[in-house]
Amino acid sequence: MTREEIFVQLNGVFRDVFDNEDIVVTDVTTAGDIEGWDSLMHISLISAVEDEFDIKFNMKEVVSMENVGEMADIIVRELEG
Amino acid sequence: MQKVLEYPFDAALILKKKKGIRRELQKEEKEYVRKNIAILGGSTTSEVKDILELFLLDYGIEPVFYESDYGQFWQDAVFGNAVLDTFQPDLIYIHTSNRNILHYPAMENTLEEAEGMLMSEYRRFCSMWESLKEKYGCPIIQNNFEMPFYRLMGNKEAFDIHGKIYFLTRLNLLFYEYAQSAGGFYINDINYLSASYGLERWSEPKYWYMYKYCLCIPAIPYLAFNVSNIIKSLYGKNKKALVLDLDNTLWGNVIGEDGAEGIEIGHETSVGQAYSEFQGYIREQKNLGVVLAVNSKNEMGNALAGLNHPEGTLCPDDFIVIKANWEPKDKNFLAISRELNILPDSMVFLDDNPAEREIVRRRFPDTAAPEIYSIEEYIRVIDRSGFFEQTVFSGDDAKRNVMYRQNRQRAELEQGFQNYDDFLKSLKMEAVIREFEPVYFARIAQLTNKSNQFNLTTKRFTEADIRAFAAKKEYVCLYGKLSDQFGDNGVVTVVMGRQEKEVLHIELWLMSCRVLKRGMEDAIFCELVRKAEERGICRLKGYYYKTAKNAMVKDFYQRFGFGKLSENAAGDSEWVLELAGYRGKNHWINISN
Repeated sequence: MTREEIFVQLNGVFRDVFDNEDIVVTDVTTAGDIEGWDSLMHISLISAVEDEFDIKFNMKEVVSMENVGEMADIIVRELEG
Repeated sequence: MQKVLEYPFDAALILKKKKGIRRELQKEEKEYVRKNIAILGGSTTSEVKDILELFLLDYGIEPVFYESDYGQFWQDAVFGNAVLDTFQPDLIYIHTSNRNILHYPAMENTLEEAEGMLMSEYRRFCSMWESLKEKYGCPIIQNNFEMPFYRLMGNKEAFDIHGKIYFLTRLNLLFYEYAQSAGGFYINDINYLSASYGLERWSEPKYWYMYKYCLCIPAIPYLAFNVSNIIKSLYGKNKKALVLDLDNTLWGNVIGEDGAEGIEIGHETSVGQAYSEFQGYIREQKNLGVVLAVNSKNEMGNALAGLNHPEGTLCPDDFIVIKANWEPKDKNFLAISRELNILPDSMVFLDDNPAEREIVRRRFPDTAAPEIYSIEEYIRVIDRSGFFEQTVFSGDDAKRNVMYRQNRQRAELEQGFQNYDDFLKSLKMEAVIREFEPVYFARIAQLTNKSNQFNLTTKRFTEADIRAFAAKKEYVCLYGKLSDQFGDNGVVTVVMGRQEKEVLHIELWLMSCRVLKRGMEDAIFCELVRKAEERGICRLKGYYYKTAKNAMVKDFYQRFGFGKLSENAAGDSEWVLELAGYRGKNHWINISN
């Protein structure tokens, strides 16, 4: 899966989780850019992303993620195994 | 199509789309009962609350939540909390886990010390329950403990007095003993849930380290569903009847083609064994009060031959209604519903054929028709769906099938009479009508939650509410039992009136549909009038609050000679009756108090 394809899929997860069809995520999207992305929703989001790509983030990865770009980087790494 | 919140559900989908699902549920035109639910957590509860809300809405319960601050379950309960006091919970859910155990025995502790620690942990919880009960008097749902995710000593953890598994097992037993003796206290069995989900995944510790969740997020829908089943059962939203197909549902193969000797049931084959165990499961449900019926495309002779198969556990007598014919299944389903006097949304339809399920579902959208794929999965799917979750088990539940059978016999007797009054007379009915008594509090509360059709105001009460009403001087609270030559129907009707000087406001009047058209309403009304006159009451006021299900009693008060005072746009009406000169008309029921 290319990074672009991952972004398409990620965007779908964001739209589902925040129930907002207008969301478009980019490399630099952070919690401040999306309405409702607080610490509790962050947990839901992480779980939904894990389920979508059938991967498991480890604790360090979750803690260190700064923006959607970094999330995509980790997904790329996990999928390459 | 299967609904998104129906078991077996896609837990990840529910978590991901919870906002969208909530939005869809709120669009539904449904009658909700509103309940204040306090979640007292020993860990993060946010996601538990969000998902629990979805399942409750789906059951027609609109929750308003109070969540304790993080980990404050014990403080809230014991020291009190002004916000919680104002909130006035209708129900309290205590979401604790083994993360909340304060002290486990250490290896250097003696047996005596270890026992002391067990009891002090138990007393910590017990004092909390007692304090909540005293303050709020509402039902309490308490998690038991899941097993720890590691075993310090390995297998010895299970039986060594210092073992955490031994400790938690003992503590769970103490919780169960409390539940057995205390009313209004229910265990949410997360020990079973976590085992069934897989303990390793359930207690994946990163969810605790990172977010202080005591279970993994993906398991939360299973937890929430389990809690919602206890709650909907408490509020009388259990299913009442199971309507079953025959071929490839209760036995393998098609009896019309393969003959009675060709169907698979019994110990000969693996498939036969699966059907045997399934029939046994259904029979046990029946013994707990679930009403059974057959809805099958078959000749009646073949259906009976199959049910009389010597290897089968079920027999024709276990079913109150058997429809074996070539009519469409939705038509039979409606006929069964009418004969049983049970609404379609309180019945579960079990059929191996997806097309038949769809036909019934399309006509009765609120009927459960679970997706069952293969015989080895039937028990699990039905069991886990929680249709028949047992919370308040009254003696009446166990006798329900007997009562439905007696009703069939009455219906047969009725056919033999030209005149309905002659039929009523021949029943030789005897009623007991008395003020509320403690032995019947549970049954009375159950009736207020279950009765939909013959229910003037549809007010729902808990056992604690009923106890409180019984003690209030200004209330006249009557229950009625009815028996006849075929048997005892138990407590079937309840009336509650509030006295205000010379007026009695009838705040509740309901009757079980199993005794419709027997004159029981006349009998209890006579008693109500008698009690009212004793108190110097000269005027009765009746209220009818319209719901989707109680059209049957829309003009009920008119029958008794009440005059209509008003009716609003919603269809609710108020009625009045002057008692002076009123003559009762209880003709066929002998009241023996």
